[in-house]
Amino acid sequence: MLNTIKSFNFKSWKFLLSVATFALWIYCYAANMDITNSVVASGMRFGMPLALASMVGIMCERSGVINIGIEGTMLLSGFTGFYVASYSKNIVIGLVIAILTGVLTSFVHAMMTIKWGMDQIIAGTIINILASGLTSFLYREGSTVPNTWPIFDIPILSKIPLLGASLFSQLGPIQLFGMFLIPGIWVMMNKTRWGLRTRSVGENPGAADTAGINVIRMRMTNVMIGGAIGGLVGGFICLELVGSFSKDFTAGTGFTALALMIFGRWNPLGAFAAAILFGLAQALATQLQIFGVNNVPNQFITILPYVFTILVLAFSAGKVRPPAAAGKPYEKEQS
Amino acid sequence: MDTTLLRIENLSKTFATVKANDNISLEVNKGEVVALLGENGAGKSTLVKSVFGLVKPDSGTITIKGEVIEAGDTAAAIRHGIGMVHQHFQLVPVMSVAENIILGDEPHKGAFISYAEARESVKELSDKFGLDIDPDAIVEDLPVGLQQRVEILKALRKNVDLLILDEPTAVLTPQEIEELLQVIRNLSSQGVGIIFITHKLREVLAVADRIVVLRNGKSVGTATPKESTESSLAQLMIGREVIFRLDKKEAKPGAVVLEIEDLYVKDDRKLMSVNGLSLSLHAGEILGVAGVEGNGQRELVEALTGMRPTVKGSFSILGEVATGKNPRAIHTMGVSHVPEDREKDGLIATLSIDENLVLNQYKNPPFAKGWIRNIAAVNSYAEKMIEKFDVRTPSGKYPINSLSGGNKQKVVIAREMSQDSKIIIASQPTRGIDIGSIEFIHNQLLASRDSGVAVLLVSAELDEILSISDRIAVMYGGKIVAILDPHDVDRTQIGRLMAGATQ
Repeated sequence: MLNTIKSFNFKSWKFLLSVATFALWIYCYAANMDITNSVVASGMRFGMPLALASMVGIMCERSGVINIGIEGTMLLSGFTGFYVASYSKNIVIGLVIAILTGVLTSFVHAMMTIKWGMDQIIAGTIINILASGLTSFLYREGSTVPNTWPIFDIPILSKIPLLGASLFSQLGPIQLFGMFLIPGIWVMMNKTRWGLRTRSVGENPGAADTAGINVIRMRMTNVMIGGAIGGLVGGFICLELVGSFSKDFTAGTGFTALALMIFGRWNPLGAFAAAILFGLAQALATQLQIFGVNNVPNQFITILPYVFTILVLAFSAGKVRPPAAAGKPYEKEQS
Repeated sequence: MDTTLLRIENLSKTFATVKANDNISLEVNKGEVVALLGENGAGKSTLVKSVFGLVKPDSGTITIKGEVIEAGDTAAAIRHGIGMVHQHFQLVPVMSVAENIILGDEPHKGAFISYAEARESVKELSDKFGLDIDPDAIVEDLPVGLQQRVEILKALRKNVDLLILDEPTAVLTPQEIEELLQVIRNLSSQGVGIIFITHKLREVLAVADRIVVLRNGKSVGTATPKESTESSLAQLMIGREVIFRLDKKEAKPGAVVLEIEDLYVKDDRKLMSVNGLSLSLHAGEILGVAGVEGNGQRELVEALTGMRPTVKGSFSILGEVATGKNPRAIHTMGVSHVPEDREKDGLIATLSIDENLVLNQYKNPPFAKGWIRNIAAVNSYAEKMIEKFDVRTPSGKYPINSLSGGNKQKVVIAREMSQDSKIIIASQPTRGIDIGSIEFIHNQLLASRDSGVAVLLVSAELDEILSISDRIAVMYGGKIVAILDPHDVDRTQIGRLMAGATQ
């Protein structure tokens, strides 16, 4: 327990959760059951890629590497995943390729920043520009993904009244995996040896080094695990959520994810809550458009999720404190 | 039986063009406390970093218990039972004491850390070596002395045979230093060999079994405390005789130039740290403010120099109210400031020595004409200053960061003392610098005082306060608790006042 619980900010994530639940609760009474369910379910669908993308940021930054190349990682892996799935007629192979692409992209980022001490913001920008250019150039219209993923209902949870139908049924495999992966990362980060070492490397690499921990290796590994998750998200969006690849499909998801990571205070569960809140707001806005709210210009409804999220998070987040060594390359011989 | 624990043979290390270590040989026996004494830049840190594998020496061998250890490999050093407590703590401030201590070798069940065992093992270590600490406390909330304790425990947990302490007392209060020296004695009686780096002679004489003196990267002599005195060691250290008693004329105090009335100032945590302080400073005197660090000295100095807002009360400079003025306005009123943290507040690390010497007057003639700077004037002025203040550098064009701590401080002193100031506020002016530079800076402060300038000297070094002050103000809990005459006061009396005892 110790510090892990103390560093976990109850005030913030409890507040986020209670606001989210409250909004949901109001909605249940105001509208009918079916619409509530569909809004919550699509909120989860909107929120999950964001939540997973912010895990990439958390994996990197907690070990001391700023990665603004999440966007590019997702774009590249969505691209390779989709086309490999399309040509091989096998979405599983597509997903594996997407993940490998993510790992490879982050390996490039890791080499540039960790081994060669390059500015981390510039390295991330390079990856983003490269990904955008490369995927646009190689883009060919008319490909499709051959088959679809199986859909799951989680045995007991899906039977919970109100929430069960919207949260725990009709899930694609990657979405399902995400629901385990995120708490998993929290446990790894806060309860395991690997997590303690990762955090120490992100807070004070000098301390880790003198304790005999290999800072460079620790950072490389974490950034590449982050890359694998980034690849997974890219694949998730192109192969499961949307089922196609379009130019620059990420549309800022990677950057939004970084903001959510900060709002969640570099805590996987916090970032998850923030992402789901954002997803719910987006789903609500979509629902408002379906209802045909006529007396308000459409643009105002589309910005609602952003405004709502900014307000909630601004009031709940308070002063944030990033990992102390994030963004600083580690050099051994300092004297 | 061979009792030699560590044997360093002919170790050399060159950084760029500087020979940090030049053919040094050294031995440490079981349970022996060896003090490594030397000025800043003498190569003490490089030597012990080589032993611990943080620095890879160019040549030479390091043998522990008869086994040669691989150069530049920290993990190997730890495996061979070498532990090191760094000058700058290597702790993760946001983590708990236990987490910091177990880092790198965590008790675990599978992948999971066993926090119960971690706490247990910290307790065990604390008991064994008499180093009491709460394993669940967050490190950044602890005072410096306790943070150091965490560092020591961290090293001890690895079953060290040899413990290296790199300037462990530089940041400690007198009370904490006493405790640390006791800890060192305990450890050595349990058979741990200790290398203790310091440039404080008093400590060396108090705790060392053997003293090794380094100068300019070379080992220049070995001594025992019994046959040494402070002055004989100092002479070895800097290669010439040092006069500890300063040539000090009688002070001729004049009018009050700084008057502080009932001042209240808050610290960074928004807690009141200067608590209704009143004090007056006269022209031509050195008023030493003694006190354990953290009793509001920093906030007082920052308030007086305009760097920190005051809450209540006022202070006036030469009769004019200065409360609420900004640093430049206060500087213009005739106040010079030698800040406590020269790296953070005193110098701009990436600028040259020249530029740093004119930081507070770059916009005045002759250094500038309207908007246009006169670089030639800056350079020729800087050249004079470098000479006058004995800043050791090939040229003023070099970045300030190429200088050692003592020379950096000389740059700050040169800048602040070459003005027509009426008041010099000097905070920890000799912290972390070598004896030669300390002597120089003290003489400069005395010269200023003799020319009628008022000096407010804030220092955690009691010796410094006692040797150059004309009056001593003891600060405790944000107030001045006593004003003493250095001629009829002893260390213990001040020590008691500093610790909060009433007179």
